[in-house]
Amino acid sequence: MTAPLLEARSLTRHFVVRQGSWPASHKALLRAVDGVSLSVGKGRTLGLVGESGCGKSTTGRLLLGLLDPTAGEVLFEGQPLAKAGSADWRRQRQLMQMVYQDPLGALDRRLKVAEQIGEALEIHHPEFSRSIHRDRVAAAIEAVGLQAHHADRYPHELSGGQRQRVVLARALILQPRLLVCDEPISALDVSIQAQVVNLLLDLQHSFGLTYVFISHDLKVVRQISHDVAVMYLGRIVEYGGAESLFHAPQHPYTQALLAAIPSVQQRGIARPTPLQGDPPDPAAPPSGCAFRTRCPRAVQICAEAMPALRETGGGRKVACHFVEPDAAAGLAAA
Amino acid sequence: MDKLVEIRGLTVDFAQGGRSIRALHGIDLDVGAGEAVGLVGESGSGKSVTWLAALGLLPGTASIRGSVMLDGRQMVGAPRSMLETLRGRRVAMIFQDPSSSLNPVFRIGRQIGEALGLHRGLKGAAAEAEAKRLLDRVGIANGARRLRDYPHELSGGMNQRVMIAMALAGEPDLLIADEPTTALDATVQAQILALLQEIRHESGMAIVLISHDLGVVAENVDRVCVMYAGRLVEEAASDTLFDRPRHPYTRGLLAALPALDGPRTRLVSIPGSVPEPWNLPKGCAFAPRCGEADEACHGSQPPLVPVNAAERVLCFRTRYFPDAPASQPQPVPALQDAAFREAVL
Ligand SMILES: Nc1ncnc2c1ncn2[C@@H]1O[C@H](COP(=O)(O)OP(=O)(O)OP(=O)(O)O)[C@@H](O)[C@H]1O
Ligand SMILES: Nc1ncnc2c1ncn2[C@@H]1O[C@H](COP(=O)(O)OP(=O)(O)OP(=O)(O)O)[C@@H](O)[C@H]1O
Ligand code: SF4
Ligand code: SF4
Ligand SMILES: [Mg+2]
Ligand SMILES: [Mg+2]
Repeated sequence: MTAPLLEARSLTRHFVVRQGSWPASHKALLRAVDGVSLSVGKGRTLGLVGESGCGKSTTGRLLLGLLDPTAGEVLFEGQPLAKAGSADWRRQRQLMQMVYQDPLGALDRRLKVAEQIGEALEIHHPEFSRSIHRDRVAAAIEAVGLQAHHADRYPHELSGGQRQRVVLARALILQPRLLVCDEPISALDVSIQAQVVNLLLDLQHSFGLTYVFISHDLKVVRQISHDVAVMYLGRIVEYGGAESLFHAPQHPYTQALLAAIPSVQQRGIARPTPLQGDPPDPAAPPSGCAFRTRCPRAVQICAEAMPALRETGGGRKVACHFVEPDAAAGLAAA
Repeated sequence: MDKLVEIRGLTVDFAQGGRSIRALHGIDLDVGAGEAVGLVGESGSGKSVTWLAALGLLPGTASIRGSVMLDGRQMVGAPRSMLETLRGRRVAMIFQDPSSSLNPVFRIGRQIGEALGLHRGLKGAAAEAEAKRLLDRVGIANGARRLRDYPHELSGGMNQRVMIAMALAGEPDLLIADEPTTALDATVQAQILALLQEIRHESGMAIVLISHDLGVVAENVDRVCVMYAGRLVEEAASDTLFDRPRHPYTRGLLAALPALDGPRTRLVSIPGSVPEPWNLPKGCAFAPRCGEADEACHGSQPPLVPVNAAERVLCFRTRYFPDAPASQPQPVPALQDAAFREAVL
């Protein structure tokens, strides 16, 4: 097997936060990302899901080197991320781009579409002649399915889906190999979501792009991902191929998550009662398994020991005391 | 069912850069007492503006015409003092983003207390006891302590519950929930929606649920209204609408949904995009994107007509596709990776 395009090893990021109200406030350590390891092969898509605040965006920013890890490392094309500001760093930066949730917020209202898209090119390639610059911008506009006449519009003159296309064109113009998409579709309605999802798949097909796709929308994650990582409170609790994970989730949180997806087709079908309780405070996580305060299967040991993420067969990994590890995988690892 | 709200011919124009832009083109819509109504439609179609206009919450640049009767009282053009009494007391609204509606510099307790004072005249210990009861009601444990927290000390799901607690403070007859769960994961979303249903069944409160998520709407309302470009284009009982959508736009929306199981297929999107409000086509606003459009559609505006006692559709050609089941995307052979890529591309 060839080396993955992107690899994270025990990636960890802590924040110091103030807890409680003045005057009783104190400093606490918030483990936003706590030992996340993952790898994504070239031309593949990793979906990243989990509750609000579980560390998805922080993971995305760490993967791109936009945030320094407290511990652990990221390898891109087998090399550690370069030091910020160095020539290697600038080269890497072009190859790894972020696509943010809110297209209007990500775009500069005063710049026309063509200027927005060309801006990064000017910064990274000031040596390009005017005609090369123009050709590249035109190619990016075409690649995302915008029309030439959109080039002279301002962001507020475009629809939500068109704006998201501009954001994509701007990321693509540097010919990146990796895109981290952080909730790229959540502000869009379903028919425009479908346009953007199809576009991402087309771009992957044409350019061999690799994606990390962060989203709350599990139906879309299933549609677009090869592999899926489910996070809870800063850790990966389940990891596996999209098709098999959605078909047979093994971790109690993943099971609850999938069972709770509201669906047009399955409306009226009785669902298991929703989970009780709120996700815990990430600055004061429970002992043992972080999910135990809401887990229907929790018992004593769940409060005492944190379950490790273990292979359960077929490439699946699960962090739960009650999911049997795969004996063969255990032997192989030993 | 008793009519709680009766909206007739509601029109909203925004003054913008020296011209006037019409955002709503005459909405007719009823909400019965205790009923749950869903409102779906493309971004910018006027879902939020409809209710902001009804409650007198739009800025001065908006001019509103038509009629909004709440329990027999006219809301459009009503004096500010009357609107303020009705808002919160009879009708409450929860907004999409809790962080924008909760004041970050005040403790939760003070914010709920203010709502209780305003709507029910409760003060001091009585207000605090009631605030605690409300937090308990929305499933926030340890209410007494939480009352002293600031919004940033609570998770997204908890802030959303605080918003609901504040909305419930006035014991309203109608709750407008505008994208109440968009930022939450499916497990917390399910908790919040179950809570709203429970309150509705206990207190007989009506709910208007605005959401992009058709699954959320399908599972939580009795009746659905679909909006497009400032007009109501289809209205039907939830089951009817999702089993047999009539309007080509509604059909397009349902066809665009990714499935949760079965083979993955390329998504079917509606081609094109919504027309600009200042540049609407002469005829049906959906005509440039509609696979069924004919000459008549491009020539004049179709009316919203009843198909039967419970369904209304704004389309000239509805009669050509009556009672057809929702279009199903064509399944492709079982697939993994390579095959999937082939199939969807
Ligand atoms: N700069 C920061 N300082 C302090 N805490 C932070 C900072 N950035 C993130 N956090 C905290 O880290 C945790 C993880 O945040 P993150 O934004 O990664 O979550 P997320 O999974 O992307 O959530 P969402 O689905 O809501 O976007 C949260 O508890 C958040 O409050
Ligand atoms: N204060 C305002 N001034 C000018 N135009 C406005 C204002 N508020 C809303 N609009 C316009 O009115 C139209 C309807 O907006 P509305 O917010 O009701 O859409 P929506 O259906 O709720 O969309 P979304 O799903 O994105 O929330 C849009 O074209 C919007 O740009
Ligand atoms: S380890 Fe225990 S609490 Fe955690 S998911 Fe498994 S059963 Fe639930
Ligand atoms: S009136 Fe014509 S264009 Fe409009 S939705 Fe119906 S068929 Fe399509
Ligand atoms: Mg995030
Ligand atoms: Mg809205």
